[in-house]
Amino acid sequence: MATKNHELLNVLQMLVETPGPSGSEHLIRSKIEAEIRDHVDEVYTDALGNLIAKKGSKKEGGRRVMVSSHVDEIGLMVTHVDENGFARFITIGGVSPLTCLGGRVLFMNGTQGVIGMERLEANEQPSLAKLFIDTGATSKEDSKIGVGDVAGFERPFMNMGKRLVAKSMDDRAAVAVAIQALKAVESTPNEIFFVFSVQEEVGLRGAITAAYGVDPEVGIAVDVTRTGDTPKGVKMEVALGKGPAIKVRDSSFIADPRVVNWMVEEAKAQGLPYQMEVLEAGGTDGAAIQRTRAGVPAGCLSIPCRYIHSPSEMVDVDDLQQSVSLLTGLLSKSIEI
Amino acid sequence: MNFDILPFLKSMLSVAGLSGYEAPIRDVITPVWQELSDKTWVSSHGSLHAMRYGEGAEPRPKVMIAAHMDAIGLMVTGIEKEFLRLTQVGGVDPRILPGQMVIVHGTNSSETVELPGMVVMPPAHLLPKDGQKGPLPQKYLLVDVGLRESEVEKLVRVGDVISFATEPRELSGGTLSGHTLDNRASVAAATVALDLLSRRKHLWDVIAVASSQEEVGGYGAKGSAFDVMPDFAIVIDVTFAKGPGGGDTVLFDMGKTITSTWGSCDHPALYDAMQATADEYEIPLARDFAPSGSGTDAYDVQIAQAGIPVVELGIPLRYMHTPVEVVSIKDVKRAGRLMAEFISNLPLDFMNTVRWE
Amino acid sequence: MTEKFSPEFGQAELDLLSRLSNALAVSGDEQEVREIVYEQLQDFKDSMHTDAMGNVLVRHEGSGPNRLKVMVAAHMDEVGMMLTKEDGDGLFEFVVVGGVDPRQLVGKPVMVGRDHIPGVIGTKAIHLTTKEEREQALKVNALRIDVGLGGSKLVEIGDRATFSTTLQVLGPSLRGKALDDRLGVFNLIQLLKNAPENIDLLAAFTVQEELGLRGAITAAYQLNPDIGIAMDSTPANDLPHFDGEENTTHNTKLDGGPAIYLMDGATIGDRRLVKWLTETADAEGIPWQYRQPGRGGTDAGAIHKTRAGVPSVSVSVPQRYLHSPAGLVRIDDELNTLKLMHAALSRLDKSILIPQENK
Repeated sequence: MATKNHELLNVLQMLVETPGPSGSEHLIRSKIEAEIRDHVDEVYTDALGNLIAKKGSKKEGGRRVMVSSHVDEIGLMVTHVDENGFARFITIGGVSPLTCLGGRVLFMNGTQGVIGMERLEANEQPSLAKLFIDTGATSKEDSKIGVGDVAGFERPFMNMGKRLVAKSMDDRAAVAVAIQALKAVESTPNEIFFVFSVQEEVGLRGAITAAYGVDPEVGIAVDVTRTGDTPKGVKMEVALGKGPAIKVRDSSFIADPRVVNWMVEEAKAQGLPYQMEVLEAGGTDGAAIQRTRAGVPAGCLSIPCRYIHSPSEMVDVDDLQQSVSLLTGLLSKSIEI
Repeated sequence: MNFDILPFLKSMLSVAGLSGYEAPIRDVITPVWQELSDKTWVSSHGSLHAMRYGEGAEPRPKVMIAAHMDAIGLMVTGIEKEFLRLTQVGGVDPRILPGQMVIVHGTNSSETVELPGMVVMPPAHLLPKDGQKGPLPQKYLLVDVGLRESEVEKLVRVGDVISFATEPRELSGGTLSGHTLDNRASVAAATVALDLLSRRKHLWDVIAVASSQEEVGGYGAKGSAFDVMPDFAIVIDVTFAKGPGGGDTVLFDMGKTITSTWGSCDHPALYDAMQATADEYEIPLARDFAPSGSGTDAYDVQIAQAGIPVVELGIPLRYMHTPVEVVSIKDVKRAGRLMAEFISNLPLDFMNTVRWE
Repeated sequence: MTEKFSPEFGQAELDLLSRLSNALAVSGDEQEVREIVYEQLQDFKDSMHTDAMGNVLVRHEGSGPNRLKVMVAAHMDEVGMMLTKEDGDGLFEFVVVGGVDPRQLVGKPVMVGRDHIPGVIGTKAIHLTTKEEREQALKVNALRIDVGLGGSKLVEIGDRATFSTTLQVLGPSLRGKALDDRLGVFNLIQLLKNAPENIDLLAAFTVQEELGLRGAITAAYQLNPDIGIAMDSTPANDLPHFDGEENTTHNTKLDGGPAIYLMDGATIGDRRLVKWLTETADAEGIPWQYRQPGRGGTDAGAIHKTRAGVPSVSVSVPQRYLHSPAGLVRIDDELNTLKLMHAALSRLDKSILIPQENK
């Protein structure tokens, strides 16, 4: 277990320290490709930029399975640089102005910046219109960034022992789980397409086309989910450290009950702890898979995560390891649903 | 003589079948549709398809009748002592929930158990400020199934679906009330059409679809349309009848007319042809306006693959998305008859007339 | 010695309680329950009558010496609605009778009049509402009872209506409408059928309790008892606090046994009677609880102020969700209430009236 954890943590750290906001996934994609290349039969990048790795071929009782974890993260895009070098921006994906305050960002070209805010009037709430990025430039001419430049949030990976913190745990924690499961699957009757999807944070866009292209018979998204285990937090049963969460629904889709049961039975068979998840906000690639072509039974394996879409997202290392076991088990056997 | 639609409709209103969990209602419809069709099958999304082969020479054109069978309802989000917290599946006005009788479909033990329960309002003093006045936000509502904590723990898990328990009741003047008349009234109408078609000649293949997941976004019909690829489709759903609190939109007199929709999802040539059939058979057909889309399966069918021409019919219904919806049985029969007359009169080259001028 | 009274809740009891609970007897029109009471108490027909208000009064005289005259009251009426205006197309305006929270009315099946004509209270489709509208509670005057397109022939204005709810057993619980106070009516019928001989049991099946204890006022005057006991139902607000804090205002709890009243908004329970009840429960090993002192009221509020005064107390079955489409009680609490009442009455004599300091 210890060495496995070690490898998982190394992969995770590599992933979370690579920037890749939606639409700018080239760096993260090449790192993932390098990590998995030796473990798969075939790997390619599709027209939208999804990295797709095929492992196994369909045998008796096997299915064509799509496993989707998204590689993109939330971020910012510059809309204007003013005369004094301050950059205004819009968000890529769901970024709250509250989590921007005091934040540091890293542009894809390596430029660093900090987020500042205009003066607020009495009782005024911080809003994106009040925020700007200061890259240390003294003027527009001096600025290393311009309109269209993309930045991700910048925070170091923190290993607290049982709990791990980083920006972009959504969804790199799931990507790490998918990568480790991809490596762990040895023999399988299934034809598995591991899709490392792009542009999830702006509307599951990568998974939509990947699902059409892969044309799977069963789909599993791997993503993070909110928890209800913080002081006066949202009312939700999922908690950190209580095992992988099996999604029943979120606001984007109702997981196919056959897939839900398949996951529950596998968790029981392995003796893994698991939690049932009903998420009242947010969506995952599972929805995109479910709706492709004539429809595909799809579900989602969720990794409990606190403070989602903040620069300090927290996951539990045991949840990750158990998620790897669950996903590996699901993919290694014939699928009867 | 004619298929007796009322008992069949009531039996459909007596079962659950929430979006994504349509098995109970599919099991009620299947044997009836099997009798009235040449073959039935279930789509990957759980929609029921029933095919009646036409008498025309192959390759025959085909028409799809789509009526969604899924129900709105609730779902367990948390368990606190013997009480269940809830969210909704499909659109439910939380103001109708306090005091509502429900059935919790508990799956935490080896067998699914149906637990009668009720949605309840905790007293104000147990709630934060926004729960102390006015309608109670959904997050504060609970379900009580009358069992003690240890039993609830054994039987119920997060994610279990909760259906409305209101029994169908005949009201006066040939009206019927119950939950999920949206849209099982239309499934009944489709059944009336299948029944009539089983006793008369039709050249076209007819595929009736009881679609899944309409209330959460039309995903059942979308997959079915992709799969079946009909030449055109009739999408039938309920529409708003005049009634208390109806508001200022165009509404229809329950029991006096059915509707055909005029808007972005509806092919004008099909609209005209349907209106002509209604005129010919003296079936009252009012125009329902939906310039930006009607919020039914029509859109999802329309955009399948390279596109499918659609005509939409509506059955006026009072109190949509409450467990006490009301329709007139006469309207249900009218809609079924109109579809049957329309389909049995379709010539094989009908699609040549479905054109943009 | 008489045989120990050990009530059970079998099919016969369920049938009777179902009939009582499912009956429509909104305050002012209690006839349907009155008929069930008469039918159940045929053995008492010579000592039973209906008074000017509509209360059913039954006297059961015991046999020993020095018998205490004990009035036990349970109210027959329930909260509900009355049709007030016809709007056409089977739609009727209505007002509420008694303390019905209008938020409980929306989207419910109802029944109207002596013939239980089915109807519904609908509301605007969610699709046609605005967010602002959904944040406002619907008022009664915006709602209609809809009995269907041919309704005007079947019901008329002035008819009473109530929720169309059928009593159901849910595991250890009973769920039904009007259990406030048909459980009391049910218990009073059982007490009469098993009446202790050491007292004169003066039973009052009262009317119009929900409108201000009106029936009990005249019933107590007529019966002129030595002591009075109201058997009613009281809220169990034993739900979880949203933020997980301790619920300190539960009033009563299910599974806590019969609720004995120290004080409510209408009555301060006679200390001697409170002690008599709690000591009986302890002696008999019957679980019991105090109803938390608070507001509300029972028929005891009318009884204790009758004539020169009547020492009075109330005993209630704890119940969740009173005055809604259905309340919920535990069968154990119901049986323990009946057991306690019977045991307490059986050990009652005039010594209870000896004045004592309130402790």
